Amino acid sequence: MTWPEKRRLGGSAKEKKTLGEGLFRKCDGCDETLETDALAATFEVCPKCEHHHKLAPSRWRDLLLDDGKLEQWDANLVACDPLEFTDGKTYPQRLAAAQRNTGANDAIDTGLASIDGRPIAYGAFFFSFMGGSMGSVVGEKIARLFEGAKERRLPVVLLQASGGARMQEGILSLMQMAKAVAAQERHRGAGLPFLSVLLHPTTGGVAASFAFLGDVNIAEPRALIGFAGARVIETTIRQKLPEGFQRAEFLLEHGLVDRILARSQMRNEFSVLLSHLQAHTAREVG
Amino acid sequence: MASHVLPFEKPLAELLDRVAGLRAALGSDPSLRVELERLEAHAAVVARMLFSELTPWQKVQLSRHPKRPYTLDYIQHLISDFVELHGDRRFSEDAAIVAGLGRFGGRSVLVIGHQKGRAAKENVKRNFGMAQPEGYRKADRLYTIADRFQLPILSFVDTPGAYPGIGAEERGQSEAIGACLATLSRVGVPVITTIIGEGGSGGALALAVANRVHVLEYGTYAVISPEGCASILWKDGTKAPEAAERMRMTAPELLKLGVVDRIVCEPSGGAHRDAAATAALVGQAIEEALTELLPLSREELVNDRYARFRRLGTVRIAS
Ligand SMILES: [Zn+2]
Repeated sequence: MTWPEKRRLGGSAKEKKTLGEGLFRKCDGCDETLETDALAATFEVCPKCEHHHKLAPSRWRDLLLDDGKLEQWDANLVACDPLEFTDGKTYPQRLAAAQRNTGANDAIDTGLASIDGRPIAYGAFFFSFMGGSMGSVVGEKIARLFEGAKERRLPVVLLQASGGARMQEGILSLMQMAKAVAAQERHRGAGLPFLSVLLHPTTGGVAASFAFLGDVNIAEPRALIGFAGARVIETTIRQKLPEGFQRAEFLLEHGLVDRILARSQMRNEFSVLLSHLQAHTAREVG
Repeated sequence: MASHVLPFEKPLAELLDRVAGLRAALGSDPSLRVELERLEAHAAVVARMLFSELTPWQKVQLSRHPKRPYTLDYIQHLISDFVELHGDRRFSEDAAIVAGLGRFGGRSVLVIGHQKGRAAKENVKRNFGMAQPEGYRKADRLYTIADRFQLPILSFVDTPGAYPGIGAEERGQSEAIGACLATLSRVGVPVITTIIGEGGSGGALALAVANRVHVLEYGTYAVISPEGCASILWKDGTKAPEAAERMRMTAPELLKLGVVDRIVCEPSGGAHRDAAATAALVGQAIEEALTELLPLSREELVNDRYARFRRLGTVRIAS
């Protein structure tokens, strides 16, 4: 396995804490006890069974982006409470808790970055923030990501990990699907590439909007990806779901994604894919 | 008649039954006319009373009323020379979405809508209005035809949602819906959506990326069913009435949020009491929207639709 040379081991103290308090933790895939530091060095991929554990946003940047650097766009956008929604706790209370726990304003980072010196517009969902759900902030930032990329004639690389719609924003959450896809469609119409990267899990309203509209769709090994939740399907059809249902390998088999890539392969292959998809623009410039 | 009556409609249904009985007897006994007129006036008052203070949950029930007019009823009343078109050209036909070419107010259009069934057998065929990927791929194919031949798109939304099943996942339900959103966002023709019943999540939105979105007075539009919302929030699907309130899914709230542009009033007692009158009101609203949109160029139509969805949602700058 090859990992980026410029990786910074360990990440922030806060990330470490979310990985477990001790120096050791159990692999979710094979139950092997692993050193936390060793796991951090392999970007949370188990060296024994290659299980891909959750990776914090800053570590994704370290893994994929030149110098781990992202020049953020719209980082100061925060959600309102248009429905005045409450389910025991109010939506503002839930937002505040998520902001406290993650240090992020909402469930996505977007901005300008580069891979192998090739400039890209980059977005990454943040599953730890309310399940990566897409409310108005996420929808707005994705729309601006594609608009900004179109303006600067950049490809978009978008990492997704989301349970779907943000219930607390109700129907306005559904509207973000149309908003984001419309912006993505304009970017596509301008002849620019979109790499759609589906991480664990990508479901519901995010799956059913831009997730599968990439020029190339890439999934992480074993990632759960699908339209409907397993429980909803089981209740509807009154039968158990087959082993491996809605996993990345299932999607590859059914022709819904182009590639399954282990984390260690992603950076290199994104770079190669973009070099192919942008070959014509390089010719034009050259 | 006794079946398909919601509990809160009962007093009205009984009155209307008596009205119908009197009207039938009128031929043999003209002296009943006075009593008939009195009863009709009374029924109108009762209808107004019962329907003036409906809870969101009661509106949800009305939106799902098994006697409510469905897409094919609107086609029958509003569209002439209708030619239904079938199939997605890839896998199969899907009767949960009906579509075809027809004439509305003398103008050729593409009509498309979810279709529920009336009886058990038809509901199997229509899958209760829950489309498989093939339904959305048929929609996508026909949107492109509408774009090529400059046909305005009139869509009718009435679905609990896209079908959740094994085959649906295997054949890319997500991709099929996403593709519809993308295609509808770029077609250079007027798109006018009317939510005639249930607007259930992504399966509804795949037919509703429109320049104008209308909703019937007792139509609903939501990101998840109230039952689904309740089972997620409180692990208890029976709390759906409470969820329906919090979700702001009724016509007046949708208008307030900017998600719909216009509410189309329903006849006294609800759309299911008079399909023809409902269709006429729906048609009137479509006609007015079309009159506004037809002068726009292809580019202006696409930009109008883009701007409409671009402004939906609320964000602020962190202080
Ligand atoms: Zn392992």
